[in-house]
Amino acid sequence: MNDSIIKEFAAIVGDENVMASETDRHTYSYDAAVLDSAMPSLVVRPDTSEALGKTVKLCNDNGLPLTVRGAGTNLSGGTIPHPGGVVVLTNGLNRILEINQEDLYAVVEPGVITAKFAAAAAACGLFYPPDPGSQTVSTLGGNVAENAGGLRGLKYGVTKDYVMGVDFWDVNGNLIKTGSRTVKCVSGYNLAGLMVGSEGTLGVFDKLILKLIPPPKASKSMMAIFSSMKAASETVSAIIAARIIPATLEIMDNFTIRTVENFRHAGLPTEAAALLLIEVDGHPGQVAEEAALVEQICREHGASELKVARDAAERDVIWQARRDALPALAKLKPTCVLEDATVPRSKIPAMIQALEDISREFKLTIGTFGHAGDGNLHPTILTDRRDEQEWQRVEKAIDEIFKRALELGGTLSGEHGIGLAKAKYLVLETNRGTLDYCRRMKSVLDPKNILNPGKIIG
Amino acid sequence: MANLQKLAQLFKELDDQLVSCMRCGMCQAVCPVFAQTGREADVTRGKLALLDGLAREMLADAAGVNEKLNRCLMCGTCQANCPSGVKIMDIFLKARAIMTGYFGLSKTKQAIFRGMLANPRLFNALTGMGAIFQGLFTKKVDDMLGSSCARFNAPLVGDRHFNTLAATPLRKIVPELDTPAGASGIRVAFFTGCVIDKIFPHVGEAALQVLEQKGVGVFLPSNQACCGIPALSSGDGETFDKLVAMNLQRFTTGEFDYLLTTCATCTSTIKELWPRMFKGDPAHSIAIKVLADKTMDISQFLVDILGVKEVPVANGRKVTYHDPCHLKNSLGITAQPRTMIKAAGCTFKEMQEAGSCCGCGGSFNVAHYDLSKKIGSRKAENIIDSGTDTLATSCPACMLHITDMLSRKKAGIEVKHVIELYADSMKNQG
Repeated sequence: MNDSIIKEFAAIVGDENVMASETDRHTYSYDAAVLDSAMPSLVVRPDTSEALGKTVKLCNDNGLPLTVRGAGTNLSGGTIPHPGGVVVLTNGLNRILEINQEDLYAVVEPGVITAKFAAAAAACGLFYPPDPGSQTVSTLGGNVAENAGGLRGLKYGVTKDYVMGVDFWDVNGNLIKTGSRTVKCVSGYNLAGLMVGSEGTLGVFDKLILKLIPPPKASKSMMAIFSSMKAASETVSAIIAARIIPATLEIMDNFTIRTVENFRHAGLPTEAAALLLIEVDGHPGQVAEEAALVEQICREHGASELKVARDAAERDVIWQARRDALPALAKLKPTCVLEDATVPRSKIPAMIQALEDISREFKLTIGTFGHAGDGNLHPTILTDRRDEQEWQRVEKAIDEIFKRALELGGTLSGEHGIGLAKAKYLVLETNRGTLDYCRRMKSVLDPKNILNPGKIIG
Repeated sequence: MANLQKLAQLFKELDDQLVSCMRCGMCQAVCPVFAQTGREADVTRGKLALLDGLAREMLADAAGVNEKLNRCLMCGTCQANCPSGVKIMDIFLKARAIMTGYFGLSKTKQAIFRGMLANPRLFNALTGMGAIFQGLFTKKVDDMLGSSCARFNAPLVGDRHFNTLAATPLRKIVPELDTPAGASGIRVAFFTGCVIDKIFPHVGEAALQVLEQKGVGVFLPSNQACCGIPALSSGDGETFDKLVAMNLQRFTTGEFDYLLTTCATCTSTIKELWPRMFKGDPAHSIAIKVLADKTMDISQFLVDILGVKEVPVANGRKVTYHDPCHLKNSLGITAQPRTMIKAAGCTFKEMQEAGSCCGCGGSFNVAHYDLSKKIGSRKAENIIDSGTDTLATSCPACMLHITDMLSRKKAGIEVKHVIELYADSMKNQG
């Protein structure tokens, strides 16, 4: 990139917020997806709203592709820049501007870290439920751009259910205001809704208005052990059919159980074919009633053992097992491909069967765990990307996972986004017309195609 | 470019370790340097990506990568929290050695490591003279903390509030020791370490007093050398090997059940790094392994082996504890020092972020003092907010930096090694 443009960026964001060296640029060429990196030509870090708007306009004026990056934890390549493009960091925009305890909302800048925000809300006696796995580092801007989920999706929904408004910059540097601080709002197009999950392709977030709710007063956690994945997944359907919506309802397969136990030695039943980890929450009376019902349903469906946490320490043991799933699996092999194909929850038994078939057919190690309650499984393929033959089988297996999920009426991605990794599959889930519609919209809103080009719609 | 290819080849040897980083980025949550700068090159994921970039010949600026590589406290917090268990400290130490082999060691470091550290007698003589003359160049700023600052502009010292060299180092107070196992039936070797010897000899004395009272025999050989960590973390494997061999020669002449230190960094270096990073005479490898297996932190020994237990509060001292990275992250030792504080009859109060690095990081403190100060300042604030009158820790390097930080804030809080508190309580019991 030529010096005069770099100087123009420096005039907007300050010299200390421009990174042009090869080493700095290289460290913004990747994210958490297993994909090739791409070198940006410049990295800038605006620390005011005004500087952010000017940065977007300068990129557009010069036809420079722009990729917004929070913590770079994206699992579908959404924050891998366009080669030669500009990376715009949001970690200079990390202020919580308001937590309104009367109207139960907060206004934040896009670079606020998810867990820090949830803690700040909790300190005010309020609850921000979305809890993606990367919440200790991920940013709220990234969460909204990806419509991130988490363990509480079943009862509390995902990020989109907490977005009341988004102020964003269009490519010409105009600030677009959407949504409001009210519970109800039908003024104009639901542009905030359009921004959720747009992966940085339609606008650059300036501020987010997020909904907060009162926290549940009580909760109860339990672990149910099953001798088949089928029994466990049927139990999931039975719990929902009994009109109980647990806050969290997670499943782990035998391979994952053994790996976690080997990792933590917390006394998990390594012979169990499946585990369900369940938490119900709400009013104490409701919690007691629902916990008893869930317990009964688990037993009726063949749970060989049921452990109910009696205190915080026991509760922690249960959830530590779930938190350990990915780290424990990741330690087994150099490359860990974490998928998030999602099916209607009644199809969980069929999807689990499909994953077992795929693992056998392509001779791959796949550990499966995930959010059984909302149909969002995480088949985790353990491999070594340097093994070319095996990697070819991995790619074929991924194709097959998507194919089977779609056949079951599911979706390509429950919470990781489409990004670069799944762009080529999008037409399979939708159709040519849908893709064309999206592309036409994008071409009008971003005529020079500078906003995170190549993501979602190719 | 031929050289760069050679460099790439060397980094390729780290490939099996580098490939285990899945770029999840969770290290951003725990890295003290990243918390200050927010720059990816300052966090482990970025550094590993840079090394990978060099190995794959994607990068031309090796000096740039080297500079980033050195912006690290080597506190190991990332490794202790890494979801995929990447052996980060191993990779960084090896990478630093490769870089030092490629770029050479700076003149200053050559003089310090090869000129001084590798010649303990000269090192001792120089610091001994320094102890006599330092008053000419420094003035006291806080009597309770024993901190001083420079009288006039000194580039290396800057505006630090530092603990001056002790008038009499430990090796002069206790030149050597070889006492039989007493009532405990246990004999230990005592590894002094440079900072204890030259700046905090009273910590070493406290440890020796406690061991004597507990009926533990002590083997303390003269002419001990530095544990080698300053050289190793600057990529000077040659000096490291020399220092390990010298110490080995001193310690293998005695018989003992455990080797104790009062320095978290020395403990983790001997226990973790001597066996893994020593590239000298292979004949030493068994002896190194035996020594490493016997090595323990002083609190760990007193609590786990001698069974020291908490007692009811017996004095007015309110104490908080800072976890040295090399105990907590490298060796997983956090409970025993806290037990020791309670065993000393003190009121213990946990501070916020007790396990986060103080920002010292050895030579990091010299090369990146501004960053070091920012990280340490947060530590000092947490200490002050704990409402205690004493900060206890288990590492003399942490003591130095925290003293600097507290002295600047005029906090009125004492800095003590855990063993000092315990030795005091034993004295008071008579």
